[in-house]
Amino acid sequence: MSRALYRLSAPLAALGRSALGLLAAIGRVTLYALDALSHVFRPPFYPREFAAALLNVGWLSLPVVGLTALFTGGALALQIYAGGERFSAEAVVPQIVAIGIVRELGPVLVGLMIAARVTSSIAAEIATMRVTEQIDALVTLSTHPMKYLTAPRLLAGLLVVPALVAVGDVIGIYGGFLVSTGSLGFAPGSYIQNTWDFLTRADILSSLAKGAAFGFIATLMGCYHGMHGGRGAEGVGRATKASVEAAAVLILAANFLLTNLFFAA
Amino acid sequence: MIELIGVHKGFGAKQVLRGVDLSIARGESMVVIGGSGTGKSVLLKCILGLLEPDAGRILLDGQDVREAERDAFLARFGMLFQGGALFDSLPVWQNVAFRLLRGRLKRPREEAREIAVEKLRRVGLGPEVADLLPAELSGGMQKRVGLARAIAAEPEIIFFDEPTTGLDPIMAGVINALIREIVTEMGATAMTITHDMSSVRAIADKVAMLHAGKVRWSGPVGEMDASGDPYLDQFIHGRAEGPIETLR
Repeated sequence: MSRALYRLSAPLAALGRSALGLLAAIGRVTLYALDALSHVFRPPFYPREFAAALLNVGWLSLPVVGLTALFTGGALALQIYAGGERFSAEAVVPQIVAIGIVRELGPVLVGLMIAARVTSSIAAEIATMRVTEQIDALVTLSTHPMKYLTAPRLLAGLLVVPALVAVGDVIGIYGGFLVSTGSLGFAPGSYIQNTWDFLTRADILSSLAKGAAFGFIATLMGCYHGMHGGRGAEGVGRATKASVEAAAVLILAANFLLTNLFFAA
Repeated sequence: MIELIGVHKGFGAKQVLRGVDLSIARGESMVVIGGSGTGKSVLLKCILGLLEPDAGRILLDGQDVREAERDAFLARFGMLFQGGALFDSLPVWQNVAFRLLRGRLKRPREEAREIAVEKLRRVGLGPEVADLLPAELSGGMQKRVGLARAIAAEPEIIFFDEPTTGLDPIMAGVINALIREIVTEMGATAMTITHDMSSVRAIADKVAMLHAGKVRWSGPVGEMDASGDPYLDQFIHGRAEGPIETLR
């Protein structure tokens, strides 16, 4: 009787363990994030590390962000034109490209590109530092790893990803403009005018706010998984993979929540 | 100066330290020996506060290290890590002068560089090395840079974690001699963990052997060979047969 009961309850127990594990992980990440944020505002500050993080997260991400936005804007214009043709609404291409890029695709694609490029590199770098005892060396040299490694990267993510999103938005709209005026027959002047007239300040602010949230998530996941990576090369690989997976899923989840917050009726 | 009283440390079910008692006097060079996995590195990390002991006390000049102000406490230490642990994104001189470029010991950049070049010279490296990245150095040179970093801020206490691991015998001899010279010259208190007996004989004033989570034997290095302790004898002579169980 008891064995049968055990067999029946085993899946439930496994589910319970998974749920507890997930809650514990959320708790650990939340505590880490709060601790990291507290170090952002408390001295000592490391301006050189902050400048290096700005360069890595922002400037060096520009090519991948720009190309992604350009191709996405162009493809979006083609899709909207082809779809709109079915009910004679081809003329809305500038407006839909603008709203689609600024409200959704710009921030999300930039966030995912940052997760792929920056989160992975942060996680691999910090996890390697952990494996090679460089983190311990930092501590013995009276330097708090949270202040030296995490805080500058988090701050850079918070500040520079919105700027990347703004650049991505402009380039994405420009991609749509190039395709629309080059092959779909739109007049350049009216395309720009329609785009400009249709976008609101709230659209732009929501895009930048999403950028800040996604930058925070991407850098936080890189630092967290790097700091908690396992031993050896396998540990570094696992930390890198886990950081990108977590950042991508959290960015998409945060996008849903923020869209709901900004635009739900 | 450094005193450990009944220090315990475990990881899950595995108990690594089971009540370590050890004291190191000011200016003394203590070498802790023991087989792999006997907790030598754990012991060292407990003293530095990188790991928290489960029980017992660690005193520095009579004060419990847990009660010490962290930055002031760490400012008294220098450490040479087993793999060097050099920051690979920074050039050699910035590794050496790391402590002098930030925090309470911060100096002007030019002065910090001068000190770094001087410390590099002290460990036998020329100024041309200063602007290289750690990845451009050989293993022996990385150890020397690690040693230069450990002594850059003139610490009172220096820890050496397996200082000769991965080096050829000649380079190991050079590093051992450097450590001995520097420790004597600076009057620093030193604690070295190693299983290299040539390091023990070159560096130690006193030796402590860790076995089964406790200090099995401790005493002056000159008394080591005539200790009469079968565990210590087996270890220092590298015998496979003896009371220390070995996997074959």
